Amino acid sequence: MSPSLDPQEFAWLCTFLRNESAIIIDETKEYLVTTRLAPVLKELGLKTLSELLTQLKRRPLTAVHQRVIEAMTTNETSFFRDLHPFDTLRNDILPELVKKRGGAGLNIWCAASSTGQEPYTIAMVLREAFPDVAARSKILCTDINNTVLERTKQGLYTQLEVNRGLPAPLLLKYFDRKGQEWQVKEELRRMIDARVMNLAIPWSGVAMMDIVFIRNVLIYFDIETKRSIIGRIRKNMALDGFLFLGGAESLLNIDSDFARTMAGKSTLYKRAA
Amino acid sequence: MRALVVDDSRAIRSVISRMLREMGYSVTEAGNGREALDQLAATGGCPDVALLDWNMPVMDGFTLLGELRKDPSYASMRIMMVTTETEIDRMQAALAAGADEYLMKPFTPDALRDKLGILGLSQAA
Repeated sequence: MSPSLDPQEFAWLCTFLRNESAIIIDETKEYLVTTRLAPVLKELGLKTLSELLTQLKRRPLTAVHQRVIEAMTTNETSFFRDLHPFDTLRNDILPELVKKRGGAGLNIWCAASSTGQEPYTIAMVLREAFPDVAARSKILCTDINNTVLERTKQGLYTQLEVNRGLPAPLLLKYFDRKGQEWQVKEELRRMIDARVMNLAIPWSGVAMMDIVFIRNVLIYFDIETKRSIIGRIRKNMALDGFLFLGGAESLLNIDSDFARTMAGKSTLYKRAA
Repeated sequence: MRALVVDDSRAIRSVISRMLREMGYSVTEAGNGREALDQLAATGGCPDVALLDWNMPVMDGFTLLGELRKDPSYASMRIMMVTTETEIDRMQAALAAGADEYLMKPFTPDALRDKLGILGLSQAA
């Protein structure tokens, strides 16, 4: 059971999440808090969200704080989510960039990559279309949540997860059965570089990217944080690179140095000339 | 879009059919492979997609898959195995015999929707 928080408690929790992870939760999202934190209450043996807040108000930050941030930032994901961005990647973006780079490896970044379905989808698309380039390419997976990154590195998925969006021929080709789970084969796992990153804080040591996926992520941030994140991503992208956002997202009023372009059924962004 | 659901469990047929109807499909059902073939022959149509259980009495789903793929009248039909058989050799055999997709039970409506999307059949309405 997780009875609702009173308005002051809810406001405190919103401020905590904003300060520690730059996630913006407003009063319309109380259901999200209740749903996401119910498993945390159970794990910690607590009965109410108020009891959890008492722990969150303690300093220094502990594993409980980290667990709450992780629970609130784990995004729904699936293999080949929305399909068309990956058709566009396969049919338009990869052929163009592979040609321009003369077959050299590509640097691809999945920001807020959650449990890894998106980066492994990209890895499969690249491997299927350009196996030699795939072997030389790196996919940077970043997330604020270390637990999901560990899962990404292991590449272990349940039957319910591989049922979601993954074509059966690709399941057979790129996964091994491990008991009740399925594990991504080593040839794809070695393309992955998983790192903890809070996008709201300036980063370093990230290679210039040819392609960036930051889909259904910006929605969690306020406008200033969005501008800051997108501006820093732009500076981390090759001049002829491509940026993919979620289907309902745009850079209108966020960054005028990106130009909107269409390829296949996808809207994506290039650095403005 | 039309779908044919073949499963010997009335309860499972009903769940799958409901999911499909909510996606805009018109659905017919059969309780085993033989019944499905008889029904198809009687109605003379070719559904856009058939969802086949593997283990059924009279005629199982794998045999039905083979029968459908032998008959050119059903060449345009997309076929998805929907089954508790989750071993790799079973999946390989089904794809080699002409199945277009494979969905492991249990599954969620989202998983079914995703698989239909893979087959280019997501816009049923």
